[in-house]
Amino acid sequence: MADGAVDGATVIPIGTGGRPGRGTGRARPSASSRNLAARKTGAGKPGPGEAGPSTAGPSAEGGQPAPAAAARPPVRTEELDPATGVPVGEWLVALQAAALEVFGADWERRLAEQLAFWRRRLEGDYTVDEYGFDQELTERFFMTALRPIAEKWFRIEVRGIDNIPADGGALIVSNHSGTVPIDSVMTMLTVHDRTGRFLRPLGADLVFRLPVVSTMARRSGATLACTEDAERMLSGGELVGVWPEGFKGIGKPFSERYKLQRFGRGGFVSAALRTGVPIVPLSVVGAEEIYPLVGNLPSLARLLGVPYIPITPFFPLLGPLGLVPLPSKWLMEFGEPIRTDAYDASEAEDPMLVFNVTDQVRETIQQTLFDLLRRREGVFR
Amino acid sequence: MGRVVLVTGVSRDIGRRFARAAATDPSIDRVIGVDVVPPHGDIGDVSFVRADIRNPVIGKVLAKEDVDTVVHMSVIATPGSAGGRGTMKELNVIGTMQLLAACQKSPTVERLVVKSTTTVYGAGPRDPAMFTEDMGPKRLPSSGYAKDVYEVEGYVRGFARRRPDVAVTMLRAANVIGPHVVSPITGYFRLPVVPRVLGYDPRLQFLHEDDLMAVLRHAAVSGPPGTFNVAGDGVLVLSQAIRRLGKPSVAMPALAVGRLGATLRQARVSDFSPEQLGFLTYGRGVDTTRMRAQLGFEPAYTTAEAFEDFCRALARSGAERDLVEAGHG
Repeated sequence: MADGAVDGATVIPIGTGGRPGRGTGRARPSASSRNLAARKTGAGKPGPGEAGPSTAGPSAEGGQPAPAAAARPPVRTEELDPATGVPVGEWLVALQAAALEVFGADWERRLAEQLAFWRRRLEGDYTVDEYGFDQELTERFFMTALRPIAEKWFRIEVRGIDNIPADGGALIVSNHSGTVPIDSVMTMLTVHDRTGRFLRPLGADLVFRLPVVSTMARRSGATLACTEDAERMLSGGELVGVWPEGFKGIGKPFSERYKLQRFGRGGFVSAALRTGVPIVPLSVVGAEEIYPLVGNLPSLARLLGVPYIPITPFFPLLGPLGLVPLPSKWLMEFGEPIRTDAYDASEAEDPMLVFNVTDQVRETIQQTLFDLLRRREGVFR
Repeated sequence: MGRVVLVTGVSRDIGRRFARAAATDPSIDRVIGVDVVPPHGDIGDVSFVRADIRNPVIGKVLAKEDVDTVVHMSVIATPGSAGGRGTMKELNVIGTMQLLAACQKSPTVERLVVKSTTTVYGAGPRDPAMFTEDMGPKRLPSSGYAKDVYEVEGYVRGFARRRPDVAVTMLRAANVIGPHVVSPITGYFRLPVVPRVLGYDPRLQFLHEDDLMAVLRHAAVSGPPGTFNVAGDGVLVLSQAIRRLGKPSVAMPALAVGRLGATLRQARVSDFSPEQLGFLTYGRGVDTTRMRAQLGFEPAYTTAEAFEDFCRALARSGAERDLVEAGHG
């Protein structure tokens, strides 16, 4: 290949391969260049087949070429003075181009917004509502971070979004599944993205006992699942989300997937009856498969004071990698709102009515779940 | 007809300032300040009676001066000033019992105003977001200030039952903050580096000191009977408050914050009370609907404004201290 002809053209390798000469591609350097190379003194000349300088390597490097190179004046570029630097105009152009690259066409406004956001965060110049909900942080941080997961990983498909009232209090009741309550987070994001309203979830008291989790929960709009808070939020016109199955729902084994657990004591129904807000049943399909719960460590869980320690096919076997949820396809269906304003507020004290409405909500969700399961093509698509 | 108001606990700053302010009120004829030790500052037109509310002498004061309104403000939050937890408990609980016993005997008393605190609700993970006056603490306090207040409130309710002709107004004030307030919470924010409980960001509500004065006067002059939460509008979370304060903070586990608090208390750097740890972990919010609707009181400062005023005062005093130090140096 050294001097082979490809399609009639002669390929001449560039460079000399470390040998003296002009790099003509010939294996043997020209006579004049051979004269330039360090000459071996005494001991035998290199054989005719060998390239002279390669065998003469070690002695040649320490020998003559070094003083020859030192004698030559160093090569310089013209302007070496750094004081003049890059002209200001060029800096500006470069920065503008970079900003355009990062923030897009209306970069000036967006950069200003971004800086203002960080300044507000650092100076504490933001407001939280009485439950500790920080709207700005939720919108600009939590939701932005979660959106790709909802859209690209779980590919959430929503039906019946119109069943959520555009304003006023309403109670969204959903099934709970998936070992880790990711479904509530995804529901919050979906409701906000599709309707522009913030879903205010009611969380178990374990959530508010844990460090970090409790702070994040309050910041993102959650509050404790108790009658006082539920009624306060509903009468304040908020869109409230409850998952009445609680830990029984998310901690159930994979074999019992899509079987609704007991719906607590129906506290959510009495709260809705007392405030007269509609109940919107929500069925979520897909969340059961993200972490298939195949085992549990009840004694360790009791020791740590948590409801269960999950074992999935990948956790704790694969360590942190096992925490990546499986990319199941999610379907969310919001059902027809169940109106409670026809009842008198005092009827919230009637246990039979509360049980009946609870069963009605539960049945609706269960039926919709079966329906969605029949219609979905597969777990992952 | 003018009123004769008896104020307990005037040796402390808030009590003294309230007594002074009340003395200037045209609808109040006379103000009598009572405490074990004389007040430090100027008390204006207030006549001071040195009496211990822990013994029956207080009954004689009530009878002699024809007192018709009693403002009870001597429930103290920390043992630091009283000299030990035992004395503090005695001052708070026995003092209240003696005062109430004297009020019950007195034919002239028509109105009793008790300055209580929202600490009575406690702080925990199972608390509702906003406490209304009908709710009690989720877990009964087992010791300290919170327990004292809880017991004091119990005795006050008992008194209200026994003397239905006396209008009893109980004001549950949120953490009072302002340029002059010396309290566990202001001491906490005055620390050079503010310790936080790792992983928790409690919600805080503040009441400005001026608003406390105003609401006490309002209750003493024209307040309807009942129990009322009093707090500025809105809430701040702790991290936000510290950012607004512009101080560095350090997050450490709850256990370490508790130990640090105990050390600071022993070293008398800051009056860090043990129930404050729960408050700084879980926070608390109180509903003030009843304050507006029934008590008819509107605080001039929101929580954020009250805190801002405190921040300004803190910055000013810091600058003055620097100036003094520079002058000496």
